Amino acid sequence: MKDYIYEVARIRVMENSLLTKADLDQLLAAPDHEAALAYLADKGWGGGAGVTDAETMLKAEEDATWALMTELLGEGRELDILRLTRDYHNLKAAIKDIYASSGLAPERLYLEGGTVPAEEIRQAVAEENFGRLPEAMQEAAVQAQQVLSRTGDGQLCDSIIDKAALDALTAAAEDAPDPVLAAYAATTVVNADIRIALRAAAAGKNAAEIAAQLAEAPDLNRSALAEAAVGGKSSVAEYLKGTPYSALADSLSRSMSAFECACDDLMIDRILPQKSEALSLGPLAAYVIARETEIKSVRLLLTGLQNGLPREQIRESLRQCYG
Amino acid sequence: MLNENLGIVYALLGAALAAFLAGSGSAIGVGMGGRAAAGVLTEKPELFAKVLILQLLPGTQGIYGLLVAFVVLGKIGILGGTAPTADQGLLFLAACLPIGVAGLISAIHQGKTSVASIQLLAKRPDSFGRAMLLPAMVETYAILALLVSLLTVTRL
Repeated sequence: MKDYIYEVARIRVMENSLLTKADLDQLLAAPDHEAALAYLADKGWGGGAGVTDAETMLKAEEDATWALMTELLGEGRELDILRLTRDYHNLKAAIKDIYASSGLAPERLYLEGGTVPAEEIRQAVAEENFGRLPEAMQEAAVQAQQVLSRTGDGQLCDSIIDKAALDALTAAAEDAPDPVLAAYAATTVVNADIRIALRAAAAGKNAAEIAAQLAEAPDLNRSALAEAAVGGKSSVAEYLKGTPYSALADSLSRSMSAFECACDDLMIDRILPQKSEALSLGPLAAYVIARETEIKSVRLLLTGLQNGLPREQIRESLRQCYG
Repeated sequence: MLNENLGIVYALLGAALAAFLAGSGSAIGVGMGGRAAAGVLTEKPELFAKVLILQLLPGTQGIYGLLVAFVVLGKIGILGGTAPTADQGLLFLAACLPIGVAGLISAIHQGKTSVASIQLLAKRPDSFGRAMLLPAMVETYAILALLVSLLTVTRL
């Protein structure tokens, strides 16, 4: 079995730069958005001083994380599962962009860092040459494009691609090279399934129709979840209490953003044991997940500060720290 | 001819196993430590001296194996002493096994513990004392094996 001794040792050093709860408290105490940006720049975010735009800073941090992984793993595709959702996001963007001829700049539509370059996906869709896409994507791409051009229903197009993304995650989890990656896929699918089920129930769909929209998730029964969704959030919460995702049940009764936050916190809980793992791929995957989660927290925090939201409301949306 | 030299064949096999097994374990352990050290030094070159010590800890088993092998060679007519009988040769072989086998296993596990300690140092550079103590604990069992092998070989 391959070990990752050098890579994990480097990651241990990099973990020292992860934001801690104290850092988030400092950011929350910042008088305004600019002061928070300055604090982050002092911590080395966005390449240091001089960055005044939050999105530029956050994108630089995302890019830096993946640049480090590329440096450590070379052409290795061990962490591809963490990038799959970007591919499907880009597929959605490409289909809608070409259908609507939006003319928007690619950097506003597409995410970098997927397993397939965003430009390649755009070209495949533009030329209707879907054979250029990864096999798992092809059928959903054809179907979504046909649905969009026939009905103009962007939401239906999204749901086809979202379902394909979740199926791809579930399939990838079966061959995941590390349990952390399988846990990431499972948590992502569960999060999405619950949101899809509640949304479909709110739209008046019956249990069978809801179940058909859900992806297969380990430890969750699609039919049972769909049945529960028909009964509303409280019955979904009740159902979750009997699954390994009981930690998410309480958050559902508060709000969907609290639920999202609880999903991310659950993921962080699941990667915490990687702090004592010395040889495997797990700490690398955990670091990427931790970085993405902290970037999400910082994005929420900066947006909250910019919009003048109460500090307590911002604090509630912040995710647990791995650092 | 072979029967006459059977004693020395057994004894040499013992010496070879002591040096080869313990040395191989050390090579694996030090190699693992070296990779972890390189990872830390890429980001924190100032920790060189500390991680070097941790990397070298699994190297001792190889030295113990070599020491036992030399003592055997000094008693069986190669570096000194007299050629052993077949029975004596088997006793030399048996005496070499503790440091050979325990050296191999303990060096590999000490290497893994050194890797973890180097990673601990990466997170907490001020924990050098504690980081060194953890892999040093594994050394105990290599030393016990060395004592058994050495005491037996010198008494033969």
